[in-house]
This record gives sequence, C-alpha cells and structure tokens, in this order.
Amino acid sequence: MRRSLIRWSLFLLAAAVFSLPLVSWAQLTKADLDSRLKMESHVGNITGHAKDGAADYHRYCEGCHGVRGDGNGEVAQWFDPPNFPKPRDFQLGIFKCRSTPTGTLPTDQDLYDAISRGFDRSGMPIWNTFTKQERVDLVAWVKHFSPRFVSEKPGTAIQIPPEPEVTAERVKAGREVFARVQCWKCHGVTGEANGPSASTLQDDLGRPIAAFNFTEGSRPKCGDTDQDIYRIFMTGLDGTPMPSFADNIKPDEAWDLVFYLRSLMREPSKEKAIAQQLGLKPVDPNAPAPTQ
Amino acid sequence: MRIDTQSRLFRNPLSLRYPLTAALIVVFVILSGSQRANALPAFARKYGLRCSACHESWPQLNNFGLKFRDNGYQLMNDHDAPIWQNPSYWPVTFRITPIWHRLSVNQNVDTYAGGVQTGTNSAIDRISSSGFDLSGLDFHTGGTLEKNISFYVLPSSDPTGAFHFETVMGRLDNLFGSPWLNIKFGRFELNNLLSEKRTLFLTGNGGIYQTYHFIPVGDGNIFGQMGDNQLGLEYVGHSVDDRTRISASLLSSSDGNVNLIMGANSYSEFFTFDQAFDAGKLGVQRLGAYAFVGQAATYYKTSGGVPIPGSGIGNKGFSREGFYGQFYFGPHFDLNVVTQHGQDNAWFGQGYGNPIATNGNGAATCTAAPCPPNNFPGTALPVGAQAPSWNGVTFEARYVYSPQLIFLAVYETERMSQQANGSGYTVGFTGPNGLTGPSASNLGNISNYTIGYRYNPFMTSRAGFAWHNEFNIFHQQGTGPASPISGLSTNLTVSELLLGFDFDF
Repeated sequence: MRRSLIRWSLFLLAAAVFSLPLVSWAQLTKADLDSRLKMESHVGNITGHAKDGAADYHRYCEGCHGVRGDGNGEVAQWFDPPNFPKPRDFQLGIFKCRSTPTGTLPTDQDLYDAISRGFDRSGMPIWNTFTKQERVDLVAWVKHFSPRFVSEKPGTAIQIPPEPEVTAERVKAGREVFARVQCWKCHGVTGEANGPSASTLQDDLGRPIAAFNFTEGSRPKCGDTDQDIYRIFMTGLDGTPMPSFADNIKPDEAWDLVFYLRSLMREPSKEKAIAQQLGLKPVDPNAPAPTQ
Repeated sequence: MRIDTQSRLFRNPLSLRYPLTAALIVVFVILSGSQRANALPAFARKYGLRCSACHESWPQLNNFGLKFRDNGYQLMNDHDAPIWQNPSYWPVTFRITPIWHRLSVNQNVDTYAGGVQTGTNSAIDRISSSGFDLSGLDFHTGGTLEKNISFYVLPSSDPTGAFHFETVMGRLDNLFGSPWLNIKFGRFELNNLLSEKRTLFLTGNGGIYQTYHFIPVGDGNIFGQMGDNQLGLEYVGHSVDDRTRISASLLSSSDGNVNLIMGANSYSEFFTFDQAFDAGKLGVQRLGAYAFVGQAATYYKTSGGVPIPGSGIGNKGFSREGFYGQFYFGPHFDLNVVTQHGQDNAWFGQGYGNPIATNGNGAATCTAAPCPPNNFPGTALPVGAQAPSWNGVTFEARYVYSPQLIFLAVYETERMSQQANGSGYTVGFTGPNGLTGPSASNLGNISNYTIGYRYNPFMTSRAGFAWHNEFNIFHQQGTGPASPISGLSTNLTVSELLLGFDFDF
C-alpha cells in the first residue's frame, strides 16, 4: 500500500516537473494572445475589434484562410495556382495590395478595401454585403493572426500626385518606361502575360504565379482606377515577383506608364484610341535598353 | 511561432467553460468519423467556398448568398463563366432526407361494438402514428452557361418517386452591364425575401409558410399561393451591393401547373421591393414590401358535363400584399417577419375557381364528389356572399450558435377579417363552397408553431449533412372532425415530431 503511494507520488511529482516548462510557455503565449485579441482597426471614424470579427471570419473566411489564418483552410487544397492562387497566409503579415511602401505593413484602409473589393483571378469574392462595421472588425481579426501587427506600425501611404491630362506624348513616353523597366519580361510586349519570364514566376512561397494579362478584361488585383494602377507599381505586390518601381520611376513617368498600360487593356479608353491613332507598336525586346 | 488563437476562443477543450461546447465536440468527433460523400454540391464546388459563405444554414441564404443568387449564381468575378471550370465539373446536387417522425391528428372514426360497426364517423379519436420515413429526392442543377447567362433546373420527386419539375428557368443577367436589368423565364420561386423553398423546416405544416398558402375555408382560389413556384417571366433589379432590390413578375394564373389547363387568358403580377440598411455591429437590416395581384377563371366550359382544361374564362380578382422585415441582432440572432393582407373575390369565396383537380403535372378533371363549383352562365352568388379577406403574419427566429449549429422557431397566425358567408347568408343554407349559413368569424383561423435545430457535424464545400430535429403544432379553427353530438366541426390540431438526416451531395 505504502509502496503504491510512493510510486504515485513520484509519478505526480515527475508530471509536475515536466509540466513547468509548459506553464511557462502558456504564460508567455497568453500575454501575446491577449495583445493580439485586443487588436483594433480604424477605418474612417469606425473602430473595429478583433473579437467581434471572429464569428464572421469563422463563417465566411475560415474555409479558405484556415482557422489559424495560415491560408490552409479546408478548401485551399483545391486551389490551383497560378490560375487560382492559394489563399493568403495572414500569419506572414505580407499583403499584395497596399498603399504603403514595399516591405511595410498595409494600412487598415488597405485591408478594408481588399475585403470590399475582392480579387479577380482568385477565390476571393467581393464581400460588400457586410456592414462597414463588420468589415472593420474583420480587418482587426485578420491583423491579429500576425505578430507583425503587434511589433510594427503600418507604413505611410505613398503620395499619388494629381493625374495629368492624357496626351499622345504621355502614352508614347509610357511605352518607353514599359520598355526601360522591362515590364514586358513578365507581362509580354502586348500585355498578354506571355513574356519570357512569365512561365517561371513564383511567389515568395515558391508557388507558381501568373503575371497580369492586360488584354483579357480582368480587373487589376488591387483596383482598377488609374490611381490604383499607379499605386500597384509604385508599392509593388509584396510576396510576389512584382517589385516596387518607386526607386526607378519618377512620379511623372509613373503616370505615363499608367496611360500606356491603359492602352493595352481590352476596354475602350482614350489612351487606347490614342495608341491606335499613333499606330503604336509593341516594344521591341531586342532593342537596346533605353537609358533613363 | 504559430499560435492557434482561434482555438482559444472557440475550441480549447481544456477550458471546459462551456459544457455545451464540450458536448458538441464529443458529438463532432463521433460523427466526423463517418466517410464524406464523394459527389459535390454545385456552387460551393465551383467557387471553392464553404456552404456557410452563402447559407445561414443550408439551404437558407444569408445576405452574401442572396447577392450571389441575384447576380444569376455569379460571384461577379472572372471565374463565373463555365470555361473556367474543370471539364469534369457537373453542377448537380442531390438532396434527400431519411427521417423518423410521429404524426398526430384528431379525426372522425367509425365506432364498433361486439365486432359490429355501430356508427359511421360517429366519434372523434386522435390518430397517432410513428415510424421511419423518407422525403422526396431533389436534383438541384444550376449555374452559368456563359457569363451573365444562367439556369436552374430542379426535377423533384415525392417520396414514392413520382417526379415533376419544381424549377426550370433561364436567366439573362446584368443586361447592358447593369445589375438593375435581369430577366428570369420559366418556372421559379417568387422573389420572396423569406424563401419557402429554402426553409430550414421539414415537417408537413412547419415546412411551408402558412402565410404563403392561406386559403379561406371553402375558397376556390388556389392561384394566390406565393409559396408555390409559378410559371412566368420575372424582372429583377438590384444595386451592386444588393442593398436595394426590386422585382416584377408576370405569371400565368395556374399556380405553376403546366399544360395550360387553367384559365384561357388569366395572368397575375407579383411585385417586390426591399431595402437594406447598414446597422453597424447588429448587421444588415432589411425592410420590404410585396404585392401579388391577379385574376383567375371561375367558369370552365364543359364537354359532356366535364370541365375542359384550359377553357377557363370569367376571370375574378384576388390580391395578397404585405411587408417583409429581416432583422439581425449581431452575428448570432436574426428575426424574419412577413405580414399579409389577402382578399379574394366573392366568387372565389363561394368555391369557384378550380374545377380542374390537379396533381402539379397536368390535368385530371374532378371525377368524384364534391367537385368544385363551376360558374356557368346565369349563375348568381348566394345572398350574403361577400369577398373573404384576412390578415396573417409569420415570425421566424434563428439563433446561429455557429454555422454548424442553428436553433429555429416559427410562429404563424392567420386571422379571417371577413368570411365569404357573411351575416346576411341564409341561415341553414349550404352554399356552393360547402359551408352552411353565416360562417363563424374565426372559421379557418390558423396558429402554427414550430421549433427545431439543425446540427452540421462538418462543414465543407464538398457536401452538406445535417442532423435535424423539429416539432410542429398546427391548429385551425372549425376544420377538424365533426362533433358526434352537435354535428359541428371542431378544431383541427395536428402535431408532428421529426428527426432525420438532411444531406446534399
């Protein structure tokens, strides 16, 4: 009887000793968890709270983005890159569509816009049926998955100068920029996403990724206004091979490039009409690289 | 380091703070051990979304699902066109529901003594029966034929396997690039905000909305049933975010019956409008109104005394109008309200309107008494006959504990405000509607209560499976068995307890 008691005591003691590190770990993670669960987001005058977004995330988002926000939801296995990209891994804290410089966190407004706008050429629908408050709450919940949002501040949104008047000179100049920064290597000389590098593109996680095809009529991923297109190549799409050209293209040149890209798109536009009037030919990949 | 923060909020079994959660986890573990169905629900498979994205609980739509439907089963992205689908994609979902249920109803029975029948319908008894049973089988197939051209076909069988086409329609959506221009053509469910075809209830009286089907006792108008799929053409318009929705339908007054068996030239119109409001953390609130205005035949020409299908003339009018309300109180609780004021022409009130006994697929003229009356030339309404009218309301509340567990309750009441046999009706005279003398003011009033819950042990984009439990009590004034003493009709009470598996695959 006494022997049995001693044996049990030893067992419980051993269990307690081995549990100590777990208790310590739990305490550490609890503090981290608490701070993340208290995550807030601010869009306009609306404040979102992470916990309030949990139920909607569970219902609408978890199937793709996963319980842990790691992009490994139950249906993620059916997504087939590059035509159907895998869901975003929120834990990484890396987002394509931002108004902030490359490498920085997006603003709450950026995440809110992504939810409201959805993404063409992906499984992400347009979630504009939520109330604004529900979307802002979801932004906070999305942020809580990544420790980056605890330790870092979002970047400062880039300044977009006023859009100049579209002219033939600007469209032509945009073509020069398109050639100089070698957009054609991925997007192709006609914008059909068939450049020499297109088939080799991978995202940061090593998954195949497709360059944007300007000619097929899809919406650009991060918005389809001229300002959105300007923003895309000045901030880059983090996590993808699309870099930021903020150091290579001056703001005025950036507008020229926007106009030229518009001329490649399928939809009728003033830029497209100008390009046709000018008889603008696709860039020549074998021409000597123009200097800045 | 990756941390499962979600588990802390929802799934940490160590917390055991919520005994219900713990119990559900056990049930979940047991049931999720079952093998998943291999075939796939149509739309969820196409877009890779879970059921819960579009359904509050399948098949009831949430706001996102409503927008998806209003867009012609499109998410309005570049994956809507079928060219994006895997060649093996086949947009079909099967639904069938094996159940156990217990039915109980009061009715007249014959009496016996010493093994010999001593009376016919001379007593009232409560007939209760229980056992395993089956629902019909639905084949849902729908999707896009091309961007902005969609279809939906639903062959549906009753439990014996007799099929009919519940829904058959083509849609042209976003005409001229506008979400305000969409056309639907065929046999379809009316644009009811509270959809009966998507109800979460399965019992005989709980599975339909009484407000959508109410007909006064003895009334011959079967054509004003908003809950039935109708044949016609529908215009639908909506804002991009689906906050504002309008519709107008032109329908054959046939209650969805095919083969032109009813009126020779009878049409109805159905109009809806609803507007949603952004209410912050409470969610999207929606208010709307509808009107169903129509005409249907009361006189069918005869051949050898038998009504000729499709010959109906002598159109008389009817109307149903009311309000919708859809109120969310946060992500877990919502309340739906539908009101109705209905009115039928006095001829319908006297039982005229449908001498063609139908089975949903075609004509089968009445062959056994009592056949509905026919408004032959020269027929006059009985003295005191008047247009019946009534008011009704449906309250449906849902508590969504999680997308996988939902609690449901419905209360409906229908109250006559004017009987077809008015106070001027000759006392003791039995009218063509089979009712004698002036009717009691509450004759035909309905109270209907249903409660239940649905539990989905798993939720994927590949199949739907729910454990369903429901109880319904239906009560109607004056339509029950005749009293053996007074000979007057008593009240009808029907109850049903149902348990079953509701699954689609």
